[in-house]
Amino acid sequence: MSQSFSAAPRIVVLFAKVGPALLSVGTLVLAWELYARISGISPTTLPAPSRVLAQAIQQRQALFDNTVPTISATLAGFACSLAVAFILSVLIDFFKPLRRALFPVFITSQTLPLVAIAPLVVLWFGFGLTPKIMLVALVTFFPMLVALVQGYESTDRDISALLSSMGASRMRIFVLARLPSSLPYFFAGLRISITYAVVGAIFAEYAGAAKGLGIYMLNAKNNFRPDLVLAAVLVSALLTLALFAATVLIQRAAMPWERLDAARKS
Amino acid sequence: MSRRLELRQVSKSIGDVDVLAGITVHAEPGEFVSILGPSGAGKSTIFRLLTGGLEGHDGGIDFDGRPLADARRPFAFMPQHDALMPWRTVIDNTALGLEVQGMSRKAARDKVAPLFGEFGLAGFEQKYPAQLSGGMRQRAALLRTVVQDRAMLLLDEPFGALDALTRTGMQRWLQTMWDRHRWTVLLITHDVREAVFLSDRIYVLSGRPARVLREVAISLPRPRKDLASPEASAIEADILDTLLDPQPAQRT
Repeated sequence: MSQSFSAAPRIVVLFAKVGPALLSVGTLVLAWELYARISGISPTTLPAPSRVLAQAIQQRQALFDNTVPTISATLAGFACSLAVAFILSVLIDFFKPLRRALFPVFITSQTLPLVAIAPLVVLWFGFGLTPKIMLVALVTFFPMLVALVQGYESTDRDISALLSSMGASRMRIFVLARLPSSLPYFFAGLRISITYAVVGAIFAEYAGAAKGLGIYMLNAKNNFRPDLVLAAVLVSALLTLALFAATVLIQRAAMPWERLDAARKS
Repeated sequence: MSRRLELRQVSKSIGDVDVLAGITVHAEPGEFVSILGPSGAGKSTIFRLLTGGLEGHDGGIDFDGRPLADARRPFAFMPQHDALMPWRTVIDNTALGLEVQGMSRKAARDKVAPLFGEFGLAGFEQKYPAQLSGGMRQRAALLRTVVQDRAMLLLDEPFGALDALTRTGMQRWLQTMWDRHRWTVLLITHDVREAVFLSDRIYVLSGRPARVLREVAISLPRPRKDLASPEASAIEADILDTLLDPQPAQRT
């Protein structure tokens, strides 16, 4: 059986994987294009996808200039969030009452409406990188913390018992067993959080920035250019997809055993 | 010569539950001893007391004639499931105990590598556990256990999760290995045939709270090839009677 699968040409296998997604996206875009053309709706209300694409190509320099700050804000904010989440997750793992003390605060932080918080953070910290980092961290920190703490908890009890029977210290058990056990959870959290991170950065820019996709969208909207708003949306979507793909590639490199495990369980 | 391990009237309660009620068990150096009992009887509790996973008990535990607390980690423990780390290669899994003892990863690998052939794992050093069969995983787990060079091996139902055919193969293989190395082994199992096939002596435990119902010496000649010999079958049937209907046995 498996031989006949691997005998299929790579292109066929690839199409079987991405074909359905291409088909559904293609159908949506086509329906949108047809509607925009046939209904005669004004392009200042709903531009056709072809027009959005044409404008995106024409404005590529401006779009690029505004994408770079968004990427910096996303990555800087996400890096800070990851560092803090990691440190706190380790503290919580070694000192469990900390979890009960801190989680209510963090859960509350997740209920804050970004619409209300973003302008305040900009008011307090100005138009620079700081408020963007803070907002990206706000939306990504808690999911990463929960993923890590849960990941440590997922450690096989037999492995912990084995290590302590060998005389391993608590620190040693953490490094040898709990940390590697958390990797699948960590990457699951990473995939979700990286998409939040882009949205968080754009929101922060929307609330006030010198440059960035968020402020570009706001200006385009104020100039009655929905085609340029959508062009910026297209760029942010591609950016998110690229970051998502990057996390998948990093996971594959960091966890070479994972696909073997998955194959064994299926 | 003093006994390698001796438990005298060991009792243990966990919370309100009496798990062990006065267990007296011993093992001589180079002896293969099994503790046989129904599931949930508290067999694993004995191992947790020995490895320090549980603390506090009544009664005495001596190792080589001195209190166990004075001995420095004399046991190498093999848990019920293989507990191989999926993120470590097979060689790094088997070297784990040596690394925890403070050996460098390189030195630990050098020490386990020559044993891969004997354990039927040659060529699988750089594979991950997910790429091994159930029997190979258990052999890797046993290699990880014996390479620690401890005075005594504690095996907790090592073949419980294997299919019947693989289990029989592993039991034969373990007997061959034990014949060659003469480790002191304490085996926990609920498989009567496995205990009879492998052991010099068997302690038959009751259900919870666990007491020793019987001590059975197995004098069948080694190497034991025929699991279904009349002598082995008679011992097996006798022990099964004790386990399944403990009342008459208690009167004797």
